Parts: sequence; structure tokens; C-alpha cells
Amino acid sequence: MAHSTPAPAETEALGKSPTASSPARRRPSRVHRQRLRAAWLFLIPMLLVLAAVAGWPLLRTIWFSFTDASFASISEYDWVGFENYLVYDDGLWFGVLADPAWWQSVWNTLFFTVVSVGLETVFGLIIALTLNAQFRGRGLIRAATLIPWAVPTIVSAKMWGWMLHDQFGIINDMLMTLGIIAEPLNWTANADLSMWAVIMVDVWKTTPFMALLTLAALQMLPSDCYEAAKVDGIHPVRVFFKVTLPLILPALMVAIIFRVLDALRVFDVIYVLTSNSEDTMSMSVYARQQLVQFQDVGYGSAASTVLFLIIALATITYLYLGRKQIGGEA
Amino acid sequence: MNRKLAKKLISKIAFLMLLAIILIFTVFPFYYAILTSFESGSELFTVEYWFSSFDLANYQSVLSQESFVKSIWNSVFVSFSTVVIAMAFGLTAAYALGRVQFRGRGTVLMIVLSVSMFPQVAVLSGLFEVIRAMNLYNDPLALIFSYTIFTLPFTVWILTTFMRQLPKELEEAAIVDGASPLTTLFRVFIPLMWPAMATTGLLAFIAAWNEFLFALTFTLTNSERTVPVAIALITGGSQHELPWGNLMAASVIVTVPLVILVLIFQRRIVSGLTAGAVKG
Repeated sequence: MAHSTPAPAETEALGKSPTASSPARRRPSRVHRQRLRAAWLFLIPMLLVLAAVAGWPLLRTIWFSFTDASFASISEYDWVGFENYLVYDDGLWFGVLADPAWWQSVWNTLFFTVVSVGLETVFGLIIALTLNAQFRGRGLIRAATLIPWAVPTIVSAKMWGWMLHDQFGIINDMLMTLGIIAEPLNWTANADLSMWAVIMVDVWKTTPFMALLTLAALQMLPSDCYEAAKVDGIHPVRVFFKVTLPLILPALMVAIIFRVLDALRVFDVIYVLTSNSEDTMSMSVYARQQLVQFQDVGYGSAASTVLFLIIALATITYLYLGRKQIGGEA
Repeated sequence: MNRKLAKKLISKIAFLMLLAIILIFTVFPFYYAILTSFESGSELFTVEYWFSSFDLANYQSVLSQESFVKSIWNSVFVSFSTVVIAMAFGLTAAYALGRVQFRGRGTVLMIVLSVSMFPQVAVLSGLFEVIRAMNLYNDPLALIFSYTIFTLPFTVWILTTFMRQLPKELEEAAIVDGASPLTTLFRVFIPLMWPAMATTGLLAFIAAWNEFLFALTFTLTNSERTVPVAIALITGGSQHELPWGNLMAASVIVTVPLVILVLIFQRRIVSGLTAGAVKG
């Protein structure tokens, strides 16, 4: 019907005077319709790509989780129902949900997430508050904070793997020189220490992200309430907890949630620093090990699906809580 | 009076110490990697805090490995292509989402946002099947295809944020002149979007350059790998015989370009990161 190629719109726009009431009323609607159609034409390629790389593969993963597909012959499989998740057979429970190694990986991931995001938030806040002050060389320090962010995760894991080396590592050397430890520690292999080694690397790598987001929030704060507090002679620590923190809290929460969702799917740093050790294995490492190393696509997909559900739950909770903000903006 | 001065001095010293700690915390690991990369032989096994030698042997050894050099080219190719694809789809989508009011816009934004939350491992087996079906297994093209899952959502998101900030008058003028939406996008918005495109492009480039899980899973042979996988798979005889000198030299080679890029464009990157997160 309305095949409004640019040409008719052009003649219309140029030909009719904008003061004439009826064409002026018709013109926007026509232009608007054209723009609507263009909008969808522009969106469809993007949505198709997302469907191809995200939507469809996710559905297939969920599908595979109910089959016995293997990595080598992914096209030949049988339907097995919930066997990969949980099955009662001969007096014993089998499946992902009955595997202690899976639950260990869930615990590891949660522990990693809470501790590393917590530390990153505190350190990020300290760095941001420092960078928010006026001093010479501020640009230099700010540039330096970006370095860990720019280093690829694999490289930072290897760098720290070397620094944490049990025999020749500089960290052990420092701690021994300072007299904190008496003999070298085997950071990446010791069951009690390896998770802390992973957390150390992650904190180093992602604190800059937190610091920069916090700094951006700090720089948007109005200065008048600080002046008022200064005039009233209120202690800076009190000002921080009573004024600064509540004001930057919304921005800080967004950064924290981003980091939490990221930490829940952690893979690289753990895989490279401690390989497939059960002491540090995250949910992603567990799922990939089943999928690729053990070639069990069905079982690995079941683990992946559970991980997806956990993250989806976290995301939905977040979106639900933050809905007002986004809705208001859109 | 004296006490006040002393107090001021102490707080100044404390602040400087804080700065020093921050500086050491952020820079030292990379500094130490560079230092190690210039050491060879038995030097590696004594802990040094300062540069004592400038031995290029590690660099020569790494760069003489054909597969490592090939993996650098693979990474460059994959990262650039990923950026181009993300830009092409991202810009058009951002125009629609940022400039046109239509029903379903909030839903589309939600879809984009939720895809960015996908754990990569959750699509691994499905994506593997798709890649096998397209006959792209063990081909860097498979990586370009799969990387859009994380580059496209944030490209769309950040570009939409920037697109929305541009004044309405520009577009109205174009509409009055009868320009089609595509012309408006190319003639009016893209010229103004260069800074935003540089930011998002850089973020997409870094994300693609650093990606590990897909690269590890969808490629098999040394000649098809990207640098993160190549570095992760550098091995010696055993855990204790890892060639640390070579490893650090390779790490420095792939990181220095990124660090330089990030330092040059630091303001843009910070604005991109905050636009991506604050609006999220």
C-alpha cells in the first residue's frame, strides 16, 4: 500500500507548505510510518544474528541436556529424559545434581564471586576516592590503574602463575623477606591456597573496572553538600558514610551486579591458573570439562543449563529490581 | 600551630604512601613480566626486583615459532573482523533503538541486555553444532561468528546510549529535506558518531583479542589458534619445566599493543565503560 520510497516523501515535504494544517498533520504520520518500517528493517539483521549465535545455540544446549549426545558424533543421540540431571538407579542417585564435584564447583563459584567482588568493590572504592582528590600526577595514576584491565585474562593468569611459583616466585620471596612466612608456599596447588590465588588474580585484573565506574559516579556528585559539611566541620569519614556512599550507591550497585554476573560464569583465570583442580573448579570449568574433555555433550549440557538457570535467575531478579529505572529511561 | 603542621605532614605522607601502594599494586605484575622476559637461563631462577639484563633470547625464540606468529595474525584478523561486524549491525540497530519511538523497543533492549548476560559455556554445545554444520570447526571464521554473542549486545547498548544524546534538530532537518532513514544514518549520524564508534570498536577489539573459551573449544590445530590459546598451551616437559622466559616474552608481545592503545584512548574507554554500565 504505502510504498513511500524517499522520493514521494521528498516531494511532499518540499512541495507542501508546513503551515497548511492538513498536510502538516498527515506528513509526520507518513514520515513516522516510514521511520517505523526502517527501524524494524535496521533491527532485524541484528536480531537474526543474536538468534543465530545466542538463541538457537541455547535452545540446542537445553535440548542436548536431555540426550546422550557426544562431542565426537554430535548428530547421533538418543533421548534420555532427565537422566543427565538426576536419576535413581539401583539404589544410587546419578546425574549432575547428584555429583559432589558439581556441588563443589557451585560452592567454589559462589565463594569466588562473593569474595572477589567484595574485595574489588572495597579496593575500587579506595582507588576511586584517591583519584577523586586533586593532586599532581593524578593522570599518571589513573592511566596506571587501566593497565590491569588491558592485560588479557590469560596473560594475567600466567603472569601471576609465575609470580606465585612455589620455588622461584617473587611473592614467596617477598613474604619470606618480610618474615611473614618461613618457607615457600605452593599457591596454585595447595588446596587451601589455590582459591585465594585465583581470587588474587581476579581482584588485580578487575579492580580497575570497579574503580573507574565508582570514580565516574563520584565525579557526578554535587559539590555543595560537601561544602556544607566542611563548613559544619563534620569529620570526613562521617561525610563519606552519610553523604558520599548513599549518593553513589545506585551506580555502585550496577557495577557490583555486572561483576557478580561476570564472576558467576568465570572460566579463563581458573582454567589457566589451576587447570582442572577440583579445589577451584567453577561451574563453567566443570561444564566444559564434561563437554570437551569427557566428550559427554548430554551431561555437560545439563550442567551448562543449570548454570544458565542460575544466572538467569540472578539477572531476572536484578532486572525486576531495576525495572523502574530502565522503564523510565526508555 | 606546630601540631597542626605535623598533622598535615603526616596525612600528606599517608596519602603519598597510598598512591605508592596503588601504583605498585597496578603496575608491578606487568613490570615483573617484562623484567622476566629479558632474563634467560639460570637468571630466571633467582628472584630479581630490578632489570639486570636485556637478553632478547626469549623474544627471538618465541617469534621464531611459526605457529605463534601465525596465532598473532589470527588474532588480528579475528579481532578486526569482529569489530567490523559488530559495528555494521550495531550502528543500524542503535539508530532504530536510539532515534525512533516504537512499540517493542523496550523488549528489544531487554533481549539485547539479556544476551549480554549469557554464560558462554551455556551456548557452547549448541554453538559447536552450528559451527560444525557450517563446516567452520577449526577455522578462525568460527570465532568471528561466535564472538558476536558478546560484542554485539554491548555495541548496540553503548551506541544506543550515544545516539540518544545527539540533538533532535539534526534529524528533523534531514527529515524535512526528505532524506531516507539510511541516508540520515550515514550522512547525519555516522559522521557525528566517530568518537562513540572509536570507543565501542576499541572495547570490542579488546574483548575479541582476549577471548579464550570459544577460541580454545572451536579451534584444534596450532595454526588456527589465537594468541590467548597459544599462550595458555605453551608447555614444557612438566609443570615445573614451563618455559617461563618464553611465556613472559609472548605475554609481553600480545599485551604491549593493548596497553598502548588503552593508554592513548583512556578517556574514550572510560566513557564507554561507564555508558555501558550506568545505563545497564
